[in-house]
Amino acid sequence: MTGAGASTGLVGFARALRHGGVACGPERVQAFVAAVDHLDLAQRDHVYWAGRLTLCSEPDDLPRYDAAFAAWFGGTPPRTRPGARPTQTSHLAALGNGAAKRNGRAPTLKVAASDVEVLRRKDIATLSPAEKRHLRELLAVLEPVPPTRRALRRTPARRGEIDPRRTLKSMLATGEPTRPRHRRRTTRPRKVVLLIDVSGSMKPYADALLRFAHVVARHMPVEVCTLGTRLTRVTRQLRHRDPEQAVAAAARAVPDYEGGTRLGETIKVFLDRWGQRGAARRAVVVICSDGWERGDTALLAEQVHRLRRLAHKVVWVNPHAGHDGYRPVQSGIVAALPHLDRLLAGHSLDTLHALLEEVRLA
Amino acid sequence: MTPEELAGELDRVGYLPDAGIATAAYLALRMHRPLFCEGEPGTGKTSLAVALSQALDLPLIRLQCHEGIDATQALYDWDFPRQLLHLRALEAAGPVDADEAEASLYTRRFLLARPLLQALEDAPCVLLVDEVDRADDEFEAFLLEVLSENSVTIPELGRVTAKTPPLVVLTSNRTREVHDALKRRCLYHWLEHPDLAREVAILRRRLPGVTERLAHQVATAVRRLRELDLLKPPGVAESLDWAEALLALGRTELDAETAATTLGAVLKYREDGRRALSAGVLTGMTGSTIVG
Repeated sequence: MTGAGASTGLVGFARALRHGGVACGPERVQAFVAAVDHLDLAQRDHVYWAGRLTLCSEPDDLPRYDAAFAAWFGGTPPRTRPGARPTQTSHLAALGNGAAKRNGRAPTLKVAASDVEVLRRKDIATLSPAEKRHLRELLAVLEPVPPTRRALRRTPARRGEIDPRRTLKSMLATGEPTRPRHRRRTTRPRKVVLLIDVSGSMKPYADALLRFAHVVARHMPVEVCTLGTRLTRVTRQLRHRDPEQAVAAAARAVPDYEGGTRLGETIKVFLDRWGQRGAARRAVVVICSDGWERGDTALLAEQVHRLRRLAHKVVWVNPHAGHDGYRPVQSGIVAALPHLDRLLAGHSLDTLHALLEEVRLA
Repeated sequence: MTPEELAGELDRVGYLPDAGIATAAYLALRMHRPLFCEGEPGTGKTSLAVALSQALDLPLIRLQCHEGIDATQALYDWDFPRQLLHLRALEAAGPVDADEAEASLYTRRFLLARPLLQALEDAPCVLLVDEVDRADDEFEAFLLEVLSENSVTIPELGRVTAKTPPLVVLTSNRTREVHDALKRRCLYHWLEHPDLAREVAILRRRLPGVTERLAHQVATAVRRLRELDLLKPPGVAESLDWAEALLALGRTELDAETAATTLGAVLKYREDGRRALSAGVLTGMTGSTIVG
């Protein structure tokens, strides 16, 4: 049995874990204490597995759990990991390290990106606070309609193909030949994926685009990720009803807000982690980015091509595309353009409306 | 029983668990909590449930989830044609009382038990809810109800409660994030690819014809393939396929040429195959690099 003192220690560990960023509520902590009860408290391995099984709920939690466990109980976690870690997690870690290493040669490209951005910022600055507030209100009342796809199942209908099962049923019921019953295919909302670039060069649009994503998420099944030097999934954060809180939570979750962009690598991480498994399959994928790529454009082209083969439609929204004299010359856009279904503008409410229409008809 | 003993039992039926899997299964048994398994495809999520049913000598009931799955496919359905025939038979036998006839229609013999109801009725058993991420959100809520109560109410019949809760194993490939409410009631285990020694042991156990040397070569090659940046890194299922293919060809050794011709057993994308060949994973694998 677990003594009172021991369970206090376990609860303390759970609290430390919560500080470490693992969302383990009281119910999980209770399960943790109960689990240890069934095992041997004296064995570190047992405590480790009891905690990992009850307190964690996704692979992202595992490194945090390992760190918290090592800090609380000392030593290294007993997890076997001779290169056996999930591939994506290690990839994400590599991305983080890469960001630190690459900072050395970042400035040259950063200047190019911010030169264009100076203009953008001026643009936005001309929006008075009142106008900005108004824009938010207008965004909040958008009523996006999801795109549809044909469903597998059929429902009774007044006309359409003959429904043998129901026809037979009614004949059995009356014992007489009856009018044939009909059925038709139903439609279901098609998945939508929003990939939003939150790098420094997209700063003026990031807030508006996240609000836009929040509105979209309230109306259809959608996955939202932010792109920057790394990929962050913010679908959960945007699920919050209140736009202010949702956007604030999303901004908190994104570690690389207003950093650099490595579109190719982040899109690859998205495809590896979620896209290929199902999130992008037959979905309408919208990439919101200005196309300033700091990484390898060949990789970006390859990944957008891969995305194109998985997705139903790939739409690229470039805020700059709406400006006079815009030509798709940014390295990223040039690389991705051959694989896109549409290149749209996205710098104003009007263009966002047009985007919704495009998504609806996709 | 201890986790170590359960590991031994699983080992006996040909499933080689690591400490994590054994503890997870043990706690699921003792705490009567569903075990939620996530992990790369081919890391043995589904086969864990199969092995548990064999090791514990319990029947396995499988519910394969898919889009649009609903209660009539997962829980129960009334056998309409049989009810109709029954009614006809009653009529033919003579005048019937309407109420009585109706009551006789809604009895257990006309109820088709689908996997969930079957699991509640047959418990103790192992219930495998496979690829729960493929089902819709609404189905999750429904599943949650059945799993947390271990019982279900059929309006016409009454409540069916499991005498002992079934051992439930849910698997997910993460095509979609499963709702927190469901995860909270489960033990969560992330399965990883086994380490080299374990993978060799698995190959040897599952395919008795494979020599230690060949198993080692296959496991090493697959390990290297996993380190490459592939669209679909091969899982244990693929290494088993590969070893089996080599066995069918009568090879006792994996040389570069054989590897190249049988690569289709492990890598299912053209890009992956090309990447593996150009990275030179398969070359120079005879003899010296492999510890026999």
